[in-house]
Amino acid sequence: MKLWRTPLDADKVRVPHGVVYIIIERCKGCSFCVEYCPRDVLRISKRFNKKGYHYPEVVAESLCVDCNLCEDICPEFAIYSNPTEESQTAKTKEAV
Amino acid sequence: MSREAVLTGEHFMTGDEAAAEGGLAAGCRFFGGYPITPATEVAERMAERLPEVGGIYIQMEDEMASMNALLGASWGGVKAMTSTSGPGFSLMMENFGLGIMTETPCVVVNVQRGGPSTGLPTLVGQQDMMQAKWGSHGDYGVIALAPNSPQEAFDFTIHAFNFSEQYRLPVFVMMDESVGHMTEKVVIPPADQIKLVSRPITKDKPGKYLPFKPDKNLIPPMIEFGEGYRIHVTGLTHDERGYPDVSPEAHRPLVRRLVEKIEKNADKIYMFDEHTLDDAEVVLISYGITSRIAQQVANECRAEGKKIGHLRLITCWPFPFAKVRELADRVKGFVVPEINMGQMSLEVERAAGRGVPTICVPNGGGEVHDPEEIHQAVREVTR
Amino acid sequence: MSTTVVNEKERVREALHHPKDTMLRDERLPHIWCPTCGIGTAVACFVEALRESGIPEEKVVVISGIGCTGRVAGYLRLDSYHTTHGRALPFATGLCLAKPELKVVVFSGDGDIVAIGGNHLINSARRNMNITVICVNNFIYGMTGGQLAPTTPPTAKTTTSPYGNTETPFNVPHLVASCGATYVARWTVLHIRRLKKAMTEALKKKGFSFIEVIAPCSTLYARKNRLGTGFDLMKFYHDNSEIRHGADTCDVQIGFQDKIIVGKFVDIEKPTFLERYKEIKVGGGK
Repeated sequence: MKLWRTPLDADKVRVPHGVVYIIIERCKGCSFCVEYCPRDVLRISKRFNKKGYHYPEVVAESLCVDCNLCEDICPEFAIYSNPTEESQTAKTKEAV
Repeated sequence: MSREAVLTGEHFMTGDEAAAEGGLAAGCRFFGGYPITPATEVAERMAERLPEVGGIYIQMEDEMASMNALLGASWGGVKAMTSTSGPGFSLMMENFGLGIMTETPCVVVNVQRGGPSTGLPTLVGQQDMMQAKWGSHGDYGVIALAPNSPQEAFDFTIHAFNFSEQYRLPVFVMMDESVGHMTEKVVIPPADQIKLVSRPITKDKPGKYLPFKPDKNLIPPMIEFGEGYRIHVTGLTHDERGYPDVSPEAHRPLVRRLVEKIEKNADKIYMFDEHTLDDAEVVLISYGITSRIAQQVANECRAEGKKIGHLRLITCWPFPFAKVRELADRVKGFVVPEINMGQMSLEVERAAGRGVPTICVPNGGGEVHDPEEIHQAVREVTR
Repeated sequence: MSTTVVNEKERVREALHHPKDTMLRDERLPHIWCPTCGIGTAVACFVEALRESGIPEEKVVVISGIGCTGRVAGYLRLDSYHTTHGRALPFATGLCLAKPELKVVVFSGDGDIVAIGGNHLINSARRNMNITVICVNNFIYGMTGGQLAPTTPPTAKTTTSPYGNTETPFNVPHLVASCGATYVARWTVLHIRRLKKAMTEALKKKGFSFIEVIAPCSTLYARKNRLGTGFDLMKFYHDNSEIRHGADTCDVQIGFQDKIIVGKFVDIEKPTFLERYKEIKVGGGK
């Protein structure tokens, strides 16, 4: 995201980061996750699973913000994200 | 003023009312029904009585809804029944099959009337007897009882509930309009003298329980929804977990078990009345209201010196094949009067075999038999 | 829920379990629905909605009928019952009356609920039974190969309307609202957050709550009418939907590839069938 100046609370706002996991054999290659990821983290892979479907692969992991949209939109329950370890630690620190 | 569920004492009531009281005495606390002559009075009685005993009466929008509501209530742990007649019975068949496939206990009272189609709404028939066995698509075993008096309507509805709970299937009470609308003395015993059976409940914990794994009697222990078991129940062919499995390997044992569940336990289910069978040369086989006329004929024949016996079927299904077979070995013939064009007589014929004649005394419906018709048939056998 | 990272190939972290698996019969996954079918997403929304509603999972029973959406009951790890065609609602009626502490949900398709189950739909709504109905509307009979449904828009092609549908479909929210449902909403399956919120509200709502979920049927409806892939169709539904909360349900009829009005249309309070039944004073009549 391009900012024209540094926001005043830049040091306080924490952008979460996530790690994407894929259950390869469940995927049916519908590409909902790829199309609707708000950060364009995914693309359809050239590889395919046992049933012949092309599953998604992560293109830019650092961009994932753990929004869980892929997890909620996937009709096959084949993809999800978890917060990265540092993200999880930062979150816990904040809570305390 | 609220009355008890079991109205102990002597009553003067119709067969329909007695069936309703029998249901209540058996523990029925849900009735999902639809009005149809001549079974409407069962529903009316239930609508009046169920709020008194903390139960629920709901008039569903049609008979298909009624049958399904029974299945739903049963899986909620409540004993459920409905009442109907020929046209409604036909409508219930698909979902009766669902009850068979999902092994759901409940009771359906069919107060038979003259058919086919709209037929004779207010007059007697016994024309759904084969439909009780074969009405739904597919192969399965059924239990059907035929009362011949309001007292029996009371008693047999309790038996029907007990059978349905024990064997986990919808059970039929095949009344007929004559019995349904007849008013006679009904003695209701004290509640503690009424023997009730409840469905076998599993002892397994959630996670270990297999909803359709049968015990040694071919009956799987049941559970009700909402107890943490998270089971899946489907009308599709299923495996022991209840999950759909449409392979022949899963289907054939399941269908065989649904048939054998009744067949192999039939000896514990058969109920019949025997009159003077020991030296009988001709045996009348009848059920329901016709049995009263048949008994009169038997008595008259005996008074004339004829060696007549009378086997009254209480459980018409499962049909007591072996009993009839055994009688066939020593009698000259069978006479089967029924208010239809020959339905149970086909079973008698099948059991009796070629060597022993089975004379059916058909009756299209509308009235009970003239005893003379049955006498005529008896003479034909003894000629 | 445990995840097992089996191997970390370049660009793909493979796992074996999904966070939603605790509420799914994951041993039966992958499910039978086609790629880009909307039903899976509707189920995903339902799982989240149920979690958010706070209703104990042991007390939830899901009932479905016959059809593609009818298979939902088999994939949810809850007490579930797969009835005959159209009869989910009467079964739900019997169950919710026998055991009122249960949360009874009917999750079925448009053909099952509105066609063969139509009589049960209008009567259950009329009685205000305490049931939540999620009706996935893909405008077609999917499981049997793509026949006409009473929700199929005019002119659409199906196997039993090969020259185009000459019938007018039901306006389902209007039908249900007119019968007295206490909660009526419609969302497309791509409105995942709003759909989840609507499902949460419907689950917590007392009385007859009804959500119509517009979903694409990729293999049949989309193909027969040359509407692209299921993804294209889902996107179309979403992009052509207009959110109008509180809209008069008379105005929410769906035409062929036309605007779809979505939103929460009805949200009222009314006593349920059971509440009124329990008020019966015995001995007052006759």
